[in-house]
Amino acid sequence: MSINTETARKVAHLARIAVKEEDLRALAGELSAVLAFMEQLNEVDVTGVEPMTSVTPMRLPRRADVVTDGNIQSQILANAPDAREGFFAVPKVVE
Amino acid sequence: MSDLNRLTIAAARDLLKKRAVTSRELTEACLAAIDGAGALNAFAHHTPDLARERAAAADARLAKGEAPAMCGIPVGIKDLFCTKGVPSQAASNILSGFRPEYESTVSQQLADAGSVMLGKLNMDEFAMGSSNETSVYGPAVNPWKVDDRKLTPGGSSGGSAAAVAADLCLGATGTDTGGSIRQPAAFTGITGIKPTYGRCSRWGIVAFASSLDQAGPMTKDVRDAAIMLTAMSGHDPKDSTSANLAVPDFEAALTGDIRGKVIGIPREYCMDGMPEEIEALWQNGAQMLRDAGATIRDISLPHTKYALPAYYVVAPAEASSNLARYDGVRYGLRAKLGPGDGVTEMYEKTRAEGFGREVQRRVMIGTYVLSAGFYDAYYNRARKVRALIKRDFEMVFADGVDAILTPATPSAAFGLGSMADADPIAMYLNDVFTVTVNLAGLPGVSVPAGLDAQGLPLGLQLIGKPWEEGDLLNHAYVLERAAGFVAKPAKWW
Repeated sequence: MSINTETARKVAHLARIAVKEEDLRALAGELSAVLAFMEQLNEVDVTGVEPMTSVTPMRLPRRADVVTDGNIQSQILANAPDAREGFFAVPKVVE
Repeated sequence: MSDLNRLTIAAARDLLKKRAVTSRELTEACLAAIDGAGALNAFAHHTPDLARERAAAADARLAKGEAPAMCGIPVGIKDLFCTKGVPSQAASNILSGFRPEYESTVSQQLADAGSVMLGKLNMDEFAMGSSNETSVYGPAVNPWKVDDRKLTPGGSSGGSAAAVAADLCLGATGTDTGGSIRQPAAFTGITGIKPTYGRCSRWGIVAFASSLDQAGPMTKDVRDAAIMLTAMSGHDPKDSTSANLAVPDFEAALTGDIRGKVIGIPREYCMDGMPEEIEALWQNGAQMLRDAGATIRDISLPHTKYALPAYYVVAPAEASSNLARYDGVRYGLRAKLGPGDGVTEMYEKTRAEGFGREVQRRVMIGTYVLSAGFYDAYYNRARKVRALIKRDFEMVFADGVDAILTPATPSAAFGLGSMADADPIAMYLNDVFTVTVNLAGLPGVSVPAGLDAQGLPLGLQLIGKPWEEGDLLNHAYVLERAAGFVAKPAKWW
């Protein structure tokens, strides 16, 4: 399947990556080339095959639903580009 | 003693135990070698003070006679591993300034075993690349050189490969999602093993594609790989896919005896246009294993051809999900915002500035194949093909094959910049022999087996059964001894 600039714009937005208007054409071309490569998968007969979900046949381990850590606010915030009064700060979300 | 940095882990360990050298001396030799190797751009972050501190602690342990396997051994850590208080940015601008408040399980285990971290190693951004050229630090350079060109050390663990090959450290950690340990190992004439999925904890390693990522050692020989893998392996409750299995002493498995073993030669790995040298190397490797008493058997892995396209659906899909966390809020970069910019502009500008081109491309491909209307056509189909690729291997192993021999890469190291105008698929083809192993979750090891006509190293890959890394390394050990690869790059840096 070939991707047009409109689809490229939509994908970029879904991925939350700003792409300049003039770069959308080239991006669409690149994405189309990679997708064309993937088209080979259509040659394979996958009738009755279950999609692979886990790499090794093991049951996902479980543990008791209890709090095992916490009280590390300063560590959580230590790398934030903008942290104030014990919170992550972001541009205004609600008008 | 001079040139302590040139020792293998095993040799250094024996000298340390005899108290013939100190970790301090080994560490100083490596730090000096690193200082003199700026041209290789292998180390992105240097931690000499931490290294000296750990060396002193290791010497104290050695003096007390309690010396775990890696005690006092200087190693490099790939930038993908989170290391407490030390920059860990996956060679990406989006993690610039990030200093984790925690330590990855694997690097913690290496530290607990007494090893000395020298610094963080260059790599492709988020481990996405095969030439180290997507790194925000600029590419690491292969110490091997045959003319004026600077060659790639491969990728994504290119800094690890360059550092070990140039004797800047005794061993290094790598990670392998589609070949990122084995391809650079082959390009630089060293040994690298990707263990079975679940053998090494992924906790604290920056995630690329969680169902494919595995850590492993990159070392000067097979014995060192066995020693270092033993220290890196083990169950970790913090990684839900970590296997709760005992870790054998992999070094003890190196008996050098493979009589009666069956080695499979998969006919689908004979690719059109494969250089004759690679073909010859492969046949020589098979002959070496036959001479050692193994039986060589032609086998078929019929879905091999579809491994790369399946990989380039599954890996970007998982990456698009894993990399969603880089939003400019919790760590790393936040783009400068304009007046009136809201949260969406913050995300979009931060990710446009922070991610390099290849990472952006893969995140968008992943977003596309997971989006409504295409999920079944691409993602689910790829996961079905992946199940068939895994089944190919299971059938061959059930049929009595003990290990599979293939080339490690379709070529020797190429020039930095030589692929700049090629389309992305041409670069992806580097992983054609290695990527099947990640899809199937199997262990695979690359062993240096010879030089090409130009004088550049070439590697062979052995693929083993799940959880049989010991047996696999024993096959690699036999191949290593028979190939007798001892060449080292001539120092130009």
